[in-house]
Amino acid sequence: MRKLRVPRSPKVILGLIILGFFGLLMIFGPYLAPYSPDNTSFAPLLTPSAHHWFGTTSLGQDIFSQTLVGARATMVVALVAGLAATMLSMIVGISAGYIGGITDDGLSLTSNVFLALPGLPLLIVIDSYLPVNSRSNSLVIGLIIALTGWAWGARVLRAQTMSLRNRDFVESARIIGEKRIRIMLSEVAPNLLPILASSFLFTILYSIGAYVTLAYIGLTSTSVWNWGTMLFWAQANNAPLSGEWYWFVPPGICIALVGTSLALLNFGIDEFINPRLRAGGLSGRQRRRLGLPRRQRLGLTSVNRTASRTPRLSPTTSNSVSP
Amino acid sequence: MRLIVRRLALYALTAWVAITVNFLLPHFMPGNPIQTMIGKLTGQVTAQEINAIRLSFGGGLNQSLISQYFTYIGQLAHGNLGVSITLSAPVSSIVSTAIPWTIGLIGISTIISFFVGTVCGALLGWTRGSRLDSFIPTATFFQAIPYFFLATVMLLVFASNLHWFPVLGAYSQNLQPGWHWAFVASLLRYAELPVISIVLGSVAGWMLGMRNMMITMVAEDFVLMAIAMGLPKRKVIMAAARNAVLPSIANLSLAIGLVVSGALLVELVFNYPGVGDLLLNAVQSQDYPLIQGIFLVITLTVLGANLLADLVYLWLDPRTRTEVAQ
Repeated sequence: MRKLRVPRSPKVILGLIILGFFGLLMIFGPYLAPYSPDNTSFAPLLTPSAHHWFGTTSLGQDIFSQTLVGARATMVVALVAGLAATMLSMIVGISAGYIGGITDDGLSLTSNVFLALPGLPLLIVIDSYLPVNSRSNSLVIGLIIALTGWAWGARVLRAQTMSLRNRDFVESARIIGEKRIRIMLSEVAPNLLPILASSFLFTILYSIGAYVTLAYIGLTSTSVWNWGTMLFWAQANNAPLSGEWYWFVPPGICIALVGTSLALLNFGIDEFINPRLRAGGLSGRQRRRLGLPRRQRLGLTSVNRTASRTPRLSPTTSNSVSP
Repeated sequence: MRLIVRRLALYALTAWVAITVNFLLPHFMPGNPIQTMIGKLTGQVTAQEINAIRLSFGGGLNQSLISQYFTYIGQLAHGNLGVSITLSAPVSSIVSTAIPWTIGLIGISTIISFFVGTVCGALLGWTRGSRLDSFIPTATFFQAIPYFFLATVMLLVFASNLHWFPVLGAYSQNLQPGWHWAFVASLLRYAELPVISIVLGSVAGWMLGMRNMMITMVAEDFVLMAIAMGLPKRKVIMAAARNAVLPSIANLSLAIGLVVSGALLVELVFNYPGVGDLLLNAVQSQDYPLIQGIFLVITLTVLGANLLADLVYLWLDPRTRTEVAQ
C-alpha cells in the first residue's frame, strides 16, 4: 500500500500538538486535578492565584480542577459521536455511491432530509424528552448527536465513490468476480481515506459544539462535569455580567483550542487532497529554499515536486461549511 | 423548473419528517412525559386547558396511535400548536411575536457575514502565499469558538466594561415600540453587538471556503488568458471570483441551518426576545408544547430560507438552467 504522506506544514504540526495535549487531558485530566470538582470547601469567587490557578466558583469549587475533569466527558462524547457518525456516513455514502439505482435514491433522500433539518433544535427537542439518567450517559448523548451530524459526510463520500466507481481498478475487481461488499471495503474505501479523515474531524468539531451547547442550556446531567456544564453554572450565576471572567473563560478557551486544532489538521488534509492549496501555503522561506519565485506569479501555480507525487483525488473539499 | 420542483419535494418531505418526529417523540420516550406533565398540571389549570394540551399531542391516550396522529395533523393544519404551560397562552401567538426578531437578527447577520467572508476570501485566495496567509489560523480560531461563548465575551468586554454598546434586550425600555425614528435607532443600536457576534463566529467559514475555491480558480486557463490580454487586475479578480463564489452559494442553504443553531444561543446571551431565548426558557421549565411548537416553526422557517437560497443559486448559475431545458 502507498505510504500516506501528510504534509508537515506548521499548521498541521501546531494542530497535532494542541490535539495531543487535550488527548492526554482526556485520559489523565481527572487524576491530575488537585481537588475534587465538587469540593465546596474553599472561599467563593477567589480570583486566580497559586492555590487556585483559575480561581473558584460562587460555591467555592476549584475551577482548574473542573476544567481538568471536564475534559474527559467533553472529549469522550465528541469521540463517540464522531466515530458513530463517520461509520454511518461511510455505510450510507459508499453504498449509495457504489450500488446506485433505487438504493442510491433512497439513501440520498434520507441524507438530504437530515441535512435540511436544523440540527440543534432537533437535538434540543429529543434531549428535552430524555429521562434524567440517560442525560448523564455519554454513550446515549453521543449517539443522539451522531444522528444529527452524519449526513454531510455521507454526501461527500457518495460523490467521491461515484467518481471512483468506474475507474479501471474497480472495474477489474468486478470482472475478476470480487464480491460487492469486498470491492466497497478494500477497493473503494481506502481511496476515500483523506475525505473520510476530513469528515471525521469535522464531525468531532460539530459534536463538541453540540454537546457543549446542550450542556450550556442545562440539557445534560449536571452531575457530570464537562466544559459546557461549567459555562452553564457561570451563566446561571451571572458571572459574565459581574465580571467573573475566570469562571467562564477557561472552558471556553479549551473548547476553542480543541476546535482550532481539528480545523488546522483539516487544512493539512485539504492540502493533501488538493496540491494547489499546498503550494499556496508555502511560506516565503520555504519557497526560497525550494528555489521557487518569491512572489506567486499570477495564473501559475508553483508546485513543490517532491511533495506532490501523491495523486489528486478531488478539486474541492468540505471546507466551506463549518459547524 | 424541474430542479425547483425537486427541491420543493425534498423540503416538503423534510417538513413531514419533522412533524412526524415531533408527534412520535413524546409517545415513545421512556417515562411517559405527557402523562407526567398533565399529572403535574391537574388542579393548577382548568379542565379546558388540559384538554387543549392533550389535543395538541393528538388527543386522549385511549385512542389508537394512528387516530392520534391524524388528530395531531388536523390540529397543525388549523395552526393550533397547543397551549404553553408556563405562559398559558396559545403557542402559535407566542411564537409569532418572537419570530420576526429572530429572522431579522439572523437574516442581517448572515447577509453581512456572507458578503464580508466572500470578499475577504477572494482576496486571500488571490494573494495566496503572501503575508496575509498568517491570518488563517486566527480565522480558524474564531470558527471553532461556539457562538454563545464569543457572544458572552463580547458582552462582558464591550458592553459591560467599556460601555460601547447597550447591555441586554432588543430596544431601550424607555421608548414606546412603533415606527418612529427614536425607536428604530434604538433597535439598530441594540442589534449591533449580537450581529457582530454572529458575524464573527460565522464569517471564517465563508472566508476559508471562498479562499480554497479562489486558489483553484486562479490556476485556471481563463484567468491566465485574462491576464495575458492585459485586463486590469480588478477585472481579472472579479472574473475569477464570479466563478469561485458558486460553491459558496450552493452551500448557503446548508449553512443556514448551522447559523440558526448558533444564533439561537446568542439570543439567550443577549436576552434578545427571539425564538432562541423563548426555546431555552421553555427547555428550562419543561414546557413541552412550547418546545415542540418552536421546533416546528424554526424548521419550517429554515426550509423556507433554504428554498430562497436555492432560487438565488438557480438565478446565478446559468448551467443549472440549461440542464433544466434539456
